[in-house]
Amino acid sequence: MKKIISDIKLYKHYISINLRGMMQYKTSFFLSAMGQFLISFNVFLGIFFLFQRFSKVEGFTYSQVLLCFSILLLEFSLAESFARGFDTFSEMVRQGEFDRILVRPRGEILQVLGSNFELTRIGRMLQALVMFVYGVSKSGIDWNLLKILTVFFMILGGTSLFTGLFILQAGLCFFTLEGLEIMNIFTDGAREFGKYPMEVYGRKMLLFTTFLIPYSLVQYYPLLYILERRTSPLYVVLPLAAAWFLFPSLALWKLGVRRYTSSGS
Amino acid sequence: MITVNHLCKSYRIAKRNPGFTAACKALFHREYEIIHALKDVSFTISDGEMVGYIGPNGAGKSSTIKILSGILTPEGGTVSVDGRVPWKNRIEHVRQIGVVFGQRSQLWWDVPVMDSFELLKDIYSVPTPQYKKSLEELTALLHLEELLRSPVRQLSLGQRMKCEIAASLLHNPRILFLDEPTIGLDAVSKLAVREFILQLNKEKGTTVILTTHDMQDIEALASRIILIGKGQILMDGNIDSIKKGSAAIDETVAELYHSYEVV
Amino acid sequence: MKKYFSFFRLRFTLGLQYRVAALAGIATQFAWGFMEVMIFAAFYRGDKNAFPMSLSATCSYIWLGQGFLAFFATWMMDNEIFDSILKGNIAYELCRPIDIYNIWFSKSVAVRLSRAMLRCFPILLVAAFLPDPYGLAKPESCLHFFLFILTLALGLLVTAAFCMLIYILTFYTISPQGLRILFTSAADFFSGGVIPLPFFPEPVQKIMELLPFAAMQNVSLRIYSGSMETDEMKKAILLQLFWLFILIFTGKILCRRAEKKITVQGG
Repeated sequence: MKKIISDIKLYKHYISINLRGMMQYKTSFFLSAMGQFLISFNVFLGIFFLFQRFSKVEGFTYSQVLLCFSILLLEFSLAESFARGFDTFSEMVRQGEFDRILVRPRGEILQVLGSNFELTRIGRMLQALVMFVYGVSKSGIDWNLLKILTVFFMILGGTSLFTGLFILQAGLCFFTLEGLEIMNIFTDGAREFGKYPMEVYGRKMLLFTTFLIPYSLVQYYPLLYILERRTSPLYVVLPLAAAWFLFPSLALWKLGVRRYTSSGS
Repeated sequence: MITVNHLCKSYRIAKRNPGFTAACKALFHREYEIIHALKDVSFTISDGEMVGYIGPNGAGKSSTIKILSGILTPEGGTVSVDGRVPWKNRIEHVRQIGVVFGQRSQLWWDVPVMDSFELLKDIYSVPTPQYKKSLEELTALLHLEELLRSPVRQLSLGQRMKCEIAASLLHNPRILFLDEPTIGLDAVSKLAVREFILQLNKEKGTTVILTTHDMQDIEALASRIILIGKGQILMDGNIDSIKKGSAAIDETVAELYHSYEVV
Repeated sequence: MKKYFSFFRLRFTLGLQYRVAALAGIATQFAWGFMEVMIFAAFYRGDKNAFPMSLSATCSYIWLGQGFLAFFATWMMDNEIFDSILKGNIAYELCRPIDIYNIWFSKSVAVRLSRAMLRCFPILLVAAFLPDPYGLAKPESCLHFFLFILTLALGLLVTAAFCMLIYILTFYTISPQGLRILFTSAADFFSGGVIPLPFFPEPVQKIMELLPFAAMQNVSLRIYSGSMETDEMKKAILLQLFWLFILIFTGKILCRRAEKKITVQGG
């Protein structure tokens, strides 16, 4: 217990030092945040213009798609802000900075998490919020406590899932630095293609994203519940199940650290 | 006390041949070669000793330091540092050691040095009274008063190195590993750093292990030299016994390297 | 010329060395193309009549876009050039008796060419074997294929000339980062990188087709599957030439002025 309190205190200290450092470059911070906004804004424009031409995709309307996209984007940006240290871990390994982490008397995970907190992702979160508000106001959903809880669990489960993916990517750095681009399919790709409900990509993709990398648990199924196409309360807690993904990711990470300490590179 | 016995370590690295045809071939088949970084290395270092660990590039210096600081697990041999096996209980072990990598910074680039120190206090869980005492001592000895309020990126290399060394000592370690601590420093800073290390060793009895290519560092600091080449300890002894008459230390070491055929 | 060829060869060999990286890149682009195809197929199922071009032509557009990503992605810029401007190494390059615009321009083209050569064949080959209409279809005709190659080359040059403007404007701005973000996201959107231009509403599309961005990937990718009329093709190719000329011309003038600025200020 004492250790947990001290870990939390240290993590807060890490965040504060990251923020203080960032505030030294206000212009750069502002521009990066704007850049983050613009990248996702292009994706939004793509959806907007397609829906000028088409009224529905697989039975989902424009505002419903926006609702789906905004929640996923929020999950992704939250994970990216907090787990940025894992996302950029390949740089840390390349520059030998991981050695520094190993000569300090703290858990590696806490130190990597603390090494980088990326507030510029606020640009994306802002856009996600705007789309969310629009999606909510236009899709005519009858909100109740369970549905609000579902959205909350989606954000929680989704952020855990993406954090898990970043940890997985960092874990792979111990085995290959060259092949890392492939992880973009599952991180940036999910952000990019999570804009439409998973059903759009066909049945096989739905199965894949239910059981292997559980995007659908934080996107498609809870969306069905919110839109009242499904009624079982099981759908409310389903998003939390996506957090199981953290376990294999952490296992690979641990394996990677062991490999690093036995090979030194 | 550090005891190292029959330490062995080897790496497997991919061969990369030059040329277009070789690159195409490597797409399908890759060759590896085994590098023996350490072959049966043994030595003992007592408390409060200052040791210069020298050798040409790729001799196995950094592998040894990595093993002693718990970053690397060896294949064979035993190591005991004050009774601890570094790689077995890493966190307990690193609490008692300080490491300075001369080429890399452990301070946060954009915030005042003081902020980095405060964070290190939390990382090492140093109790406040002890932290204040260490900070006062280090500030006085290294003349840091003026530097603590400025961001690291505004410091000169010499000023930064002083802060780096202070940062590694805030938790009052028993053993200090210094990897190229004077690289790139101007003459004044070099002298200041050397003087501080001597003082630290004399007053606190901190064991210092120094790797460097700068032989003046060795001459000024280390009473004992361990020379490693091709993964083996070639020589372990007193600095004066190596020096032949009035020859400069650089020539002496160069001659040593040649006589052992390690370069 | 021989100099450029050996540079190209060097880049290509370097690319081959990192085989895992190349394979990972190909897999990523393939996944990207596949997901895009699935999205458009879903919209097609919903309302066939609202589709501005055939589904098969849309899929070919997507696969070619992935195959030649390195040709047209404005965000793939040469960090060496940015560094040389920001850190002042450019002073050395100015000492040499070469035209800095020409050398950077040909270097950019060579880098894009070598990257695309390494990646396009596996992607396009697999895409060609995908079931109709989801894969890469055959070109409309021999003439269309010839025009595709021609406009592909023109598009590459326009993209490189556009990136040159961004490099050079770095001299004139205090915040190259912001400039870069703004230009690349605008280019991605207006060139048809997010959705192909025919999918935009008619009035918007009419304006977009006149912009320099439409002279990048849009022309060749649409000509390949015959989704442009003869008149449209003529107009599009002329516009490509026009924009190529304007971009290079402005780039060269700005470059010369920047060079003067550096020599006066001493870097």
